[in-house]
Amino acid sequence: MKRVFVIGAGATKIGEHWDKSLRELAVEALLAAVRDAGIDKREVQALYVGNMMSGELQGQEHLGALVATWAGMAGVAAFKVEAACASGGAALHQAYLAAASGLYDCVAVVGVEKMTDALPNDVTSALLTAEDQDYVVFAGATFVGLNALAYRMYLSRYGVKQEDVARFAVHCHKMAVNNPYAQFRREVTLEEVMSSPLIADPIRLLECAPVGDGAAALVLCNEDFLKRNPRDVLVEIAGGAVATDILSVHERKDPLAMAGFRKAAGEAMKRAGIETKDVDVLEVHDAFTVLGILTLEALGYAPPGKGWQLVADGELEPGGRIPTNTMGGLKARGHPVGGTGVYQVFDIVRQLRGEAGANQVEGAEIGLAQNLGGVAGTVAVHVMRRVR
Amino acid sequence: MVWAESIPRAWRERVKKYRLLGGKCPSCGSVVYPYRQVCPYCGSEVLQPVELPRRGRVISYTVVRHPPSDFVGKEPYVVAIVELEGGARVLAQLTDVKPEEVREGMEVEAVFRRYREQSPNGVIEYGIKFRPV
Repeated sequence: MKRVFVIGAGATKIGEHWDKSLRELAVEALLAAVRDAGIDKREVQALYVGNMMSGELQGQEHLGALVATWAGMAGVAAFKVEAACASGGAALHQAYLAAASGLYDCVAVVGVEKMTDALPNDVTSALLTAEDQDYVVFAGATFVGLNALAYRMYLSRYGVKQEDVARFAVHCHKMAVNNPYAQFRREVTLEEVMSSPLIADPIRLLECAPVGDGAAALVLCNEDFLKRNPRDVLVEIAGGAVATDILSVHERKDPLAMAGFRKAAGEAMKRAGIETKDVDVLEVHDAFTVLGILTLEALGYAPPGKGWQLVADGELEPGGRIPTNTMGGLKARGHPVGGTGVYQVFDIVRQLRGEAGANQVEGAEIGLAQNLGGVAGTVAVHVMRRVR
Repeated sequence: MVWAESIPRAWRERVKKYRLLGGKCPSCGSVVYPYRQVCPYCGSEVLQPVELPRRGRVISYTVVRHPPSDFVGKEPYVVAIVELEGGARVLAQLTDVKPEEVREGMEVEAVFRRYREQSPNGVIEYGIKFRPV
């Protein structure tokens, strides 16, 4: 295994990009990452495109060759990687493996989703292609609804108030104010969250990640490439892992156990040689507020049922015990599905390079990103470390 | 509109859906719905087909207010995790009950109901819903 480094990072702002197509978003982010790396794009030997729904929403597959062509990189080995909302993290994992193997010295990953081409009910249906069509989608479930089933169990089991979980959304909006790439650069109050419309009881609108368009990209290289192209500040992928859980949440012996996440996080941290206490910045996949709280508890930052206390005490903010979603997370930075896993690492890279502006976590050296697909049926975890 | 219209699919699933056909694992004792060959918990490849009990209780539930395309016009409706006697869990709609009357732990029984139409003139898909006992 060769060591693998991130040498370039780029992204589009997340939002409703009515004037831009999926391929244009992908190319914009990819070329920004290549420019940031300071290399010629033709030095990239393999390209991994993380995307979930282009087949349903654009009628477009074969994104590897499409993006390569529009980026002026035809000839490169190129692939689409799909793992529901973890498509971006899964694509990054493939890129990491390719560079670590030594077969390729320099590779790129771009995560992209273009969601505003379709009507809301059709986006809901397209997202549901990640679930069991025959026995779960058939029952009329939605992804919000499936998370709501787990959310209600969580509130009942631990006697937690919904307000305390919902505060996670307030935190994310506060962080996004200072992120120029974020979809929602404004704060929300807990009262606004709790009075927003019910989507699938008990989940309310402002507890859900929004629909949006966007793309983020990273250029990775291994140690061989680095010897020929040295640079000062580097971010290493110190450990990466992907794991699965039983697909549908109701079939898991304990729907709140997050077994897939525990496995992926354990493996990624072991490869990186770190423990949870070593993490300086954390990116969690808060598609719904309760997922953020469950993750903090699964990582051991709080006992079961007590994760909300970290939010209430401001421990997730820069300067707190475990700065989390410092660029707004899925809730406020945005959640262009296939892009999210790459945006998370893009945000960590900015923190580790000291480029996070007003939300900079001083001296951040280690970051961990958690990207979930479905109701955590696929999990991608990456541990990033600043090296000199 | 059903996202993936298919007459063979509806036909193929009829026994599992109409009769609540599950599988019992001789190795770890788990009972799963629907029937499949391989146990998702222990990997055993010889699950035995078994018709599941038609009574159980609500483990968790939600009220879907923004449905996928297949169910537009039917909202709000209740989707629940029902744990049947013997332990198998089924994800299904509740029926003959108002959303605000549903409670965790509520005793329910299986009834045969219409779920969706593949298209305005297409196949009607039926299955099991649960109502309060």
